[in-house]
Amino acid sequence: MNQQIQTQIPTTSARSVALEVDHVSVAYAEGKLALRNATLKLASGSICGLIGLNGSGKSTLFKTIMGFLTPLEGTVLVEKLSSREAQKQGLVAYVPQSEEVDWNFPVSVWDVVLQGRYGHMNWLRQTKARDLEIAKQSLERVGMTEFKYRQIGELSGGQRKRAFLARALAQEGKIMLLDEPFGGVDASTEATIIKLLSELRDLGHTMLISTHDLDSVGSFCDTVALIANRTVLEYGDTKTVFTPENLMRVFGGAPSHPKN
Amino acid sequence: MDFATLLTTLTAPFQYDFMVRATLVSALIGTVCAVLSCFVILKGWSLMGDAVSHSVLPGVVLAYILNIPFAIGAFVFGLLSVVSIGFIKSRTRIKEDTVIGVVFTTLFALGIVMMSRVSSSVHLSHILFGDILGISDSDIVQTVLIGGFTLISIFILRKDLLLFCFDPTHARSIGLNTTFLYYALLTVLALTIVAALQAVGIILVVAMLVTPGATAYLLTDKFERMLLLSVVSSVLSCVFGTYISYFIDGATGGCIVVLQGIFFILAFIFAPKHGVIAKNRERQRQQLEDRSEFAVQSADD
Ligand SMILES: Nc1ncnc2c1ncn2[C@@H]1O[C@H](COP(=O)(O)OP(=O)(O)OP(=O)(O)O)[C@@H](O)[C@H]1O
Ligand SMILES: [Mg+2]
Repeated sequence: MNQQIQTQIPTTSARSVALEVDHVSVAYAEGKLALRNATLKLASGSICGLIGLNGSGKSTLFKTIMGFLTPLEGTVLVEKLSSREAQKQGLVAYVPQSEEVDWNFPVSVWDVVLQGRYGHMNWLRQTKARDLEIAKQSLERVGMTEFKYRQIGELSGGQRKRAFLARALAQEGKIMLLDEPFGGVDASTEATIIKLLSELRDLGHTMLISTHDLDSVGSFCDTVALIANRTVLEYGDTKTVFTPENLMRVFGGAPSHPKN
Repeated sequence: MDFATLLTTLTAPFQYDFMVRATLVSALIGTVCAVLSCFVILKGWSLMGDAVSHSVLPGVVLAYILNIPFAIGAFVFGLLSVVSIGFIKSRTRIKEDTVIGVVFTTLFALGIVMMSRVSSSVHLSHILFGDILGISDSDIVQTVLIGGFTLISIFILRKDLLLFCFDPTHARSIGLNTTFLYYALLTVLALTIVAALQAVGIILVVAMLVTPGATAYLLTDKFERMLLLSVVSSVLSCVFGTYISYFIDGATGGCIVVLQGIFFILAFIFAPKHGVIAKNRERQRQQLEDRSEFAVQSADD
């Protein structure tokens, strides 16, 4: 209740913080740090581009925000809540880099999109008219309506991405974490998705998006976070952070095989 | 032999009360197993099913010694095996299938040793191979209760369980309790195994938990249809298996499982999309298409 009231008050001055990663370090089971001392803040209603080399720790950062990896130190706050609590309230929509799902599973695109609505349904997961309507719109928005009844294994790589993006849209989470949504997606689809994400931002959604497509970053990201050597080098307004000098530090300056 | 005598011969089994009961109970068990088998094969838990079913043996013998319902002992040891597998896996570098193999064979062996020490093992051998024709009233009640509970639980949780099988990451990210779903699925698995022991016994129960789902999986890409086909093939196998075993005077459990295997082979060969024949035809069509495309191209040149 409180939250709804808060969001209705127009926040003109300093916008509230939607996502806060504070001095976080994490390691996979093997013990080597995959992320060290990373700090990042996202203002409500903004798009943040996450940029870095392969293996720099982008996906690790996503998994940490989702609480799939427990930080060795530091804290993660999503809308001032722990990630688990934020997920229970349905605030977070997450699209992993590669869906590690069984593509032969007997589900259709439509089934997958409806799964995005489960958090809004009662415990029997009964679908209401509103769920159907939103799922339908989500499919339309990613241009996948014609594939509605396809079994997911019969889609191309880019279509699969779009189906899972539609599921994230259907979730209506205030925070969206998209790990390389443009990987394997053609240019016109990418443009459609960018337009869609910008619209969502204008509606007050907050997005963290990792991408290797540097050309589009300047045009649609409000802020940029540079990640190299398994830490966040810098984050802030695109104008100040997304500079040739900084990109040199991320891509050119750093040795290609950092030894921790 | 005229028609009337043929009819009498064919309906003869149903003059016996025990045959009618056995057929009905096996149909119920077949339904429960078929529903669960869809989740088991989609989750990739076939080996887990095998493990739980073998691990219940020491529990059954113990229950026999203590003179308590065997379902209790079986259930406790079924869960014990699952918990030990999870515990050992999380603390070693050994892969899960190996851990499963080690744990269930050890428990099964323990059960064999205990069994050989208990003198009157007539009753216990029924647990190994099943004895649906001799099922007692109290066992029927037990089976109906367990089967009913399992079916209702799966019905209530079916969407969450399906999502858990398909994409646990997403299930977690929308706030579902995946740990609860994991143990819920394992618990109904253990319960179903306990219920099915009556019909086919410890050794064959895994077939009931895997084959109907696998057959249905070959036949369709839609989950609801898969459930239905799984139940149909399983119930037919159970009913006819029981029926045939009367005539050939053979092991009922064996007859049921052989029929399920036959259904699977039929699906494997004749399934409309994923069957061998359909796949072959599709490949030939593809080759023809490629060739004619090639012909058009070379004509253009
Ligand atoms: N499951 C894992 N177990 C152990 N180490 C891992 C695991 N996943 C990733 N790593 C290591 O953690 C580091 C960061 O990986 P991460 O997946 O976060 O990179 P990324 O920035 O997403 O790269 P990409 O652009 O290729 O997606 C890498 O050095 C990687 O080798
Ligand atoms: Mg990655």
